[in-house]
Amino acid sequence: MFTDMFAPEKLTEAWEIFKTEFPLALWETFYATLLATLFAVILGLPLGILLVAGEKDGVLPLPAWLLKTLNVIINLLRSVPFLILMILVIPITRALVGTTIGTMASVVPLSIAAFPFIARLVESSLREINPNIIEAAQSMGASPLQIILKVMIPESVPSLISNFTIAITTILGYTAMSGIIGGGGLGKIAINYGYYRYKYLVMFLAVIVLILLVQGFQSLGTMAATKLDKRSRH
Amino acid sequence: MIELRNLSKSFKTADRTVDALKDINLTINDGDIYGIIGMSGAGKSTLVRCINMLEVPTEGQVLIDGVDMGALNTKQLREMRRGVTMIFQGFNLLMQRNCLDNIMFPLELAHADKETAKKRALELLDIVGLPDKAKAYPAQLSGGQQQRIAIARALATEPKVLLCDEATSALDPKTTHQILELIRDINRRLGITVIVITHQMSVVEEICNRVAILDGGTVAEEGDVAEVFSAPRSDAAKRLVYPDLAESAPTSRAGERTLRVVFNGTKTTASPLITQMAIDEKIAANILYASTRTIGESVYGNMLLGIPGDDETVARAVKYLTQRPNVLVTETRQNDEKGE
Ligand SMILES: Nc1ncnc2c1ncn2[C@@H]1O[C@H](COP(=O)(O)OP(=O)(O)OP(=O)(O)O)[C@@H](O)[C@H]1O
Ligand SMILES: [Mg+2]
Repeated sequence: MFTDMFAPEKLTEAWEIFKTEFPLALWETFYATLLATLFAVILGLPLGILLVAGEKDGVLPLPAWLLKTLNVIINLLRSVPFLILMILVIPITRALVGTTIGTMASVVPLSIAAFPFIARLVESSLREINPNIIEAAQSMGASPLQIILKVMIPESVPSLISNFTIAITTILGYTAMSGIIGGGGLGKIAINYGYYRYKYLVMFLAVIVLILLVQGFQSLGTMAATKLDKRSRH
Repeated sequence: MIELRNLSKSFKTADRTVDALKDINLTINDGDIYGIIGMSGAGKSTLVRCINMLEVPTEGQVLIDGVDMGALNTKQLREMRRGVTMIFQGFNLLMQRNCLDNIMFPLELAHADKETAKKRALELLDIVGLPDKAKAYPAQLSGGQQQRIAIARALATEPKVLLCDEATSALDPKTTHQILELIRDINRRLGITVIVITHQMSVVEEICNRVAILDGGTVAEEGDVAEVFSAPRSDAAKRLVYPDLAESAPTSRAGERTLRVVFNGTKTTASPLITQMAIDEKIAANILYASTRTIGESVYGNMLLGIPGDDETVARAVKYLTQRPNVLVTETRQNDEKGE
């Protein structure tokens, strides 16, 4: 089926589509990813903090039932496949955005799918902190809120950034997938041309651009995490 | 003054209860450098953590200047902790903050004015001897330097008590010595009461004036360092003071009797005394064990001598040695000393 993919007329056609449709699609993918990550962090960061601080011997112990409920909700959301989740949350999307198609609309399921993931990533970052440092802060008279804001978060910044980078690249993948049910961006192009119209070359171009985006985010994230980590002896 | 009254602490784990502290009674006076020494698991860390209520005692009281720490509410306790600060074996600095910001941290927690805090932090960097490390990050410092920063941080809120939990255990002997000097200096210059938790005799010997020996969660012995270390009474104290006896007992030759000689500020050195005894009394004593140190012109510590011969020789040796001021001589049967 890929035999005449590089025929001259196919190349010109793909180049035309690339020039006219890719810039917008790239932009849509880019902002859907970043916006969804932003919302997911807004929800997931406090949740992840609660998961660690709220433990029995944490700095801000929560009632056991509450902690358990949070954990169950996170696990539930994490176990629904993204494709199904997108369909499940259609009523919420409609209520929030007014429509269920377009890039803005896809941000809703993306955020809902990503925030439990982010909460788990934040949880694992915070668990890396040396508990003795927290104890030292307590011995200096720090309040639970001060420990969270001045010790736990700042001390895990490099690890948080690494984990947020993982989250962004994963969400980028989801963004592409959302093209199937009406989301915009590179995913939509890949599916429309590759799946419905057999223009494989366009699909491959979309995939290449996605790969470059992932690489870009990953390099930036790794660089920031290393640069901000004061534990290295540079 | 810090008073521990009938202090007990037990930990409940899934399958059993550990009694880490059992009915501890101690008084630590203002200006003391008070050593708490004991084997691993004796309860030292638990004890010191009870003083600032990082660990809530199961029973009993901690009184600091008459204030019952257990009766304070959370807010009062946080304020109290600014006056009773702590340094640790692992330094526990904030790794993502530079040294200056680390020292300012407790002041920041107390909502102190930023400029005042900075000024104070710079002064403290001077006091601990690292004026040029303000902008350095902890990872760029050696262990000894990190502990200095931790000390500066502990002093930021002008505490009256400094708790040191194995503060030198991660450091080499030379650095240990320097850090202990610094702690002694702080105690003298700033009048801060210091509580030193350690498993090393040498640390207590070097800076403490009083010592409590903790064994299995109880105080085995307590008193002036010179007294406790020169004439330990409890088994736990003996094990600490004569560690070699517990492990490999010095062997006395057949027919030898053993004398323990305690030097408690004797104005002589130990071995010439033995040589002198050989010349004057014709008694060739066999030094089985010696642990003495010279402070100024005085000798502290103890020695085990094997004396060949009969009752008369031993009596002469005892008489000869006790002529010196501040020398204590007792005859021992070695098997008593070995412990089990
Ligand atoms: N949080 C805890 N839960 C259960 N048991 C504990 C806890 N903390 C301490 N213990 C137990 O209490 C006893 C005393 O411990 P502690 O840490 O005070 O000893 P230590 O004298 O400081 O020893 P080390 O020299 O090894 O630091 C030990 O048997 C220890 O296992
Ligand atoms: Mg300990």
